[in-house]
Amino acid sequence: MAEMNIIEALKSSLDDLMKRDPNVLTFGEDVGYFGGVFRVTDGLQEKYGAHRVFDTPLAEGGIASMAMGMGLNGLRPVAEIQFADYIFPAYDQIVNEIAKVRHRSGGEFTAPVTFRTPAGGGIRGGHHHSQSPESQFTHTPGLKVVYCSTPLNAKGLLTSSVECNDPVIFFEPKRCYNGPFYGDPHKLSTWKGHPDADVPEGEFRIPLEQANMVMEGNDCTVIAWGTMVHICQQAIKESGVSCDLIDLQTLVPWDRDTVVSSVKKTGRCVIVHEAPKTSGFGAEMSASIQERCFYHLESPITRVTGWDTPFPHTTEWDYIPSTERISKAIRATQED
Amino acid sequence: MTDEVPLATAEPFRVPTAPCRPEDESSFPAWEWMPEDLPLLPIDCSSEDTKEHAYGLLRVIDDDGKAGGEWNPKLDPEILKTGLEYMLRLRIFDERMMKLQRTGKLSFYMRSFGEEAIAIAQTMALEQHDWVFPSYRQPGAQFVRGRDMVSMMNHCIGNEMDNVKGRQMPVHYTWKEGHFISISSPVGTQFNQAVGVAMASAYKGDDQVTITWLGDGTSAQGDYHYGLNFASVYKPPVILCIVNNQFAISTHANLATGGPNFASRGLPYGIPSIRVDGNDFLALYSITKWARDRASAGHGATHLEVYTYRAGAHSSSDDPSRYRPKDDHLHWPGGDPIERLKNHMISIGIWSEEKHGELIEKIDSEVVASYKEATSYGDLANGPYPPASTIFTEVYETVPWHVQEQREELGK
Repeated sequence: MAEMNIIEALKSSLDDLMKRDPNVLTFGEDVGYFGGVFRVTDGLQEKYGAHRVFDTPLAEGGIASMAMGMGLNGLRPVAEIQFADYIFPAYDQIVNEIAKVRHRSGGEFTAPVTFRTPAGGGIRGGHHHSQSPESQFTHTPGLKVVYCSTPLNAKGLLTSSVECNDPVIFFEPKRCYNGPFYGDPHKLSTWKGHPDADVPEGEFRIPLEQANMVMEGNDCTVIAWGTMVHICQQAIKESGVSCDLIDLQTLVPWDRDTVVSSVKKTGRCVIVHEAPKTSGFGAEMSASIQERCFYHLESPITRVTGWDTPFPHTTEWDYIPSTERISKAIRATQED
Repeated sequence: MTDEVPLATAEPFRVPTAPCRPEDESSFPAWEWMPEDLPLLPIDCSSEDTKEHAYGLLRVIDDDGKAGGEWNPKLDPEILKTGLEYMLRLRIFDERMMKLQRTGKLSFYMRSFGEEAIAIAQTMALEQHDWVFPSYRQPGAQFVRGRDMVSMMNHCIGNEMDNVKGRQMPVHYTWKEGHFISISSPVGTQFNQAVGVAMASAYKGDDQVTITWLGDGTSAQGDYHYGLNFASVYKPPVILCIVNNQFAISTHANLATGGPNFASRGLPYGIPSIRVDGNDFLALYSITKWARDRASAGHGATHLEVYTYRAGAHSSSDDPSRYRPKDDHLHWPGGDPIERLKNHMISIGIWSEEKHGELIEKIDSEVVASYKEATSYGDLANGPYPPASTIFTEVYETVPWHVQEQREELGK
């Protein structure tokens, strides 16, 4: 075990994967010599060579199509999209090609590509360095969608994603790379001393489709992913309500059993995400939970989300769900 | 102000149209290029060295059926006979499948009429293990790789024996055994995927070259430019072909580029680029063999404009007499690819009208026998179809719980 931040944990996963499987390659903009703008691949080109860790032209659509071709021909590519906001030129390749090729070819061809991409706000990134576009991918059959939140699950989930024979969109909460974010921009924190910063150094996996019960309680189930997991942890404390906090980790396919048994126990549910509300993944969760738990519910399922607006720059703290908004929503579920 | 610029009196911007519409007489500029015009190139040539070839037109068979010039591959007569047989088979296969479409036995069809030489000659020039990454108008490559016609028809029908389980429209073949990669409807997406396939071959150290095609219309897509650019940067063993058949449904090639031609667009990417007569079996074979040798020797990509004419409709849903002269294809200076090879073979004394007629009869009966067998496994009008459970399988490697729940809801 070693203490790591999310960047180091992701690098440790890639290092382990590349050591074990010569078919694992990683590439993207600034990924090679420089080691990535967030430093996730720092040192890997030196270790594994320029044919396994390399820079690409600035063309996400090209990165995705090249990755698909490599996947069709037996490799296991890990493509970095520098910011999730820039994944859209690759959208056709991901949605129409990579996600469908197993099905359309009768299982003869597959493209086991993993897209790693930093997502979410909190770094003063404005419209185009802050979005959290997970629901643009959860709506596409054939893709698995994963969202890490800590060094421990970053490593365990990335290893499982790359080894998975289905394509995976792997979101990394960039605000939490160097430390958990509890919602107060004036308080910087690091991963030092955090229990989930203690990460196994070698081979380590967390199965996809498995949520993580971060805190256990009795009176409300709070579901979140990415940066929101930490903000929710703080919000739950502030609310004074005894809550289950579920870090969903994998959005497609999500962990039905953990979620349903928790909501049946607490009878109340708040879903929190950074992305806009309309057609966000919270809507899917809310509908699915009421289908399964309706007769156990004591109050309406509520959502605390980003607004249905572009992500702002200087006013981002009024956009990202705050501990105040979340704790208020949790308390509201307790009212008769 | 004395020097005020007047408003443009002409159109505000140019909207190109096709040179001939249904009411017009077909007119194509006569070809000046002859087989002797373009010299053979060394395989380590630069893109600059191919300038003449990019703006010219590489031909081997002249208008009289004689083969000449430095690019003449001087093929064994057996190869010519095989090539001719595959082309005829594709034409007859296509005609039969159109009949099936018209009678409702399959939903849709796309012929390769007038373009039969392209995938067949080019695939014959490759090695059996090379990757073929086609668009929808290169099904002929499968004959070269030995695919059974019944299996191809089963796919087009989408019956119980369809290897892609009725999931894709007809003509969207997949055949991994023949190194023929799955065809996708969104046009051009395969272009840079082929670059990735080739990079993977190079990475693994396999002597496998990848060939891919897209159309003139599709070359307006970003994927075309991704492909050229990534191939230019990484120099993988790939052959990138634009089939310029003049039309994207009704849209003429002059809306796909404002430039002088398609081949020359590869030059500023630093990729050797050549325009080749797409109805000339020998020229296609020769240039593809050369491009393969370049790729295999580590010189990277070759960019080819395959200059041809889409003699038929875009698809069974299209009626080209609405937007171009009905007999336009009869005026194409490149003629018909099957007639061209046939006449050449007759001129060198290895073929005759009589043998040609016999071959057509033989293929005809093979196609009829194949379609009878294929339709015996089911057709679109009468079924049986693949089981409905195939909707839910192979979406993921294993069926996840939410998809399984939906399958149970359907109850099949």
